[in-house]
Amino acid sequence: MSALQDNFAGIIQMISIICLIALSVSILLLIIRVMKGPSNADRAVALDAIGINIMAFAALLAIILITPNFNDIVLLIGILLFIGTVAIAIYLEKGDLIDTEDD
Amino acid sequence: MIQKTIDIILDILVILFLIGGTFSMFTASVGVLRFPDIYTRLHAASKGSTLGVASILIGACIFHYTEYGIISGKLILGVLFIMLTAPVASHLISRAAHLRGAKPYGTLKDQYQEAIDKEKRRQKQQQKSK
Repeated sequence: MSALQDNFAGIIQMISIICLIALSVSILLLIIRVMKGPSNADRAVALDAIGINIMAFAALLAIILITPNFNDIVLLIGILLFIGTVAIAIYLEKGDLIDTEDD
Repeated sequence: MIQKTIDIILDILVILFLIGGTFSMFTASVGVLRFPDIYTRLHAASKGSTLGVASILIGACIFHYTEYGIISGKLILGVLFIMLTAPVASHLISRAAHLRGAKPYGTLKDQYQEAIDKEKRRQKQQQKSK
């Protein structure tokens, strides 16, 4: 039973490395969309998806390196990603981020 | 004995969550690359990526429980945060794209544009009557 458990620890490491490779390929596909994208909104969508992929990257790295210290980074990336996406969307909608006209 | 069996079952759960989440995120990014239209791309990116990252974070949370015996509240908070913010962000992006004149692919009628025009006409009539 204990040997089986040791085997599972190795299998989890291997599978998380395979998942990292798959996520890298998916980030590559999204970067193609960022470069090609016909409009700026397409680029915003692809950048949002890249940020979510990086969150999954941090969680997988915490599994591979066997440390709980990456958990803060997951939350931090999520918050910065939301702020960035909202800023891009408001810029696309209004044309400027901060109203400078006094009324 | 029972503890070891529970640990093995949790390990299998971690593996399933990781593989399922990675599959979902990979198909989401293939969809972002292949779909013809901004709205369909948003559909792929927001739903698939949200499911994938939630699955991977839950897998990591179970892994931390088996490894250290701690339940990492930060990862669960991350899942909740992503589930709250991803729909808001995609809604904002799609509204901005519609305002910039992105046409839906393969449809003949744009009901949102008709509603906007109707609202504008109503506001003009109100201003005239004043």
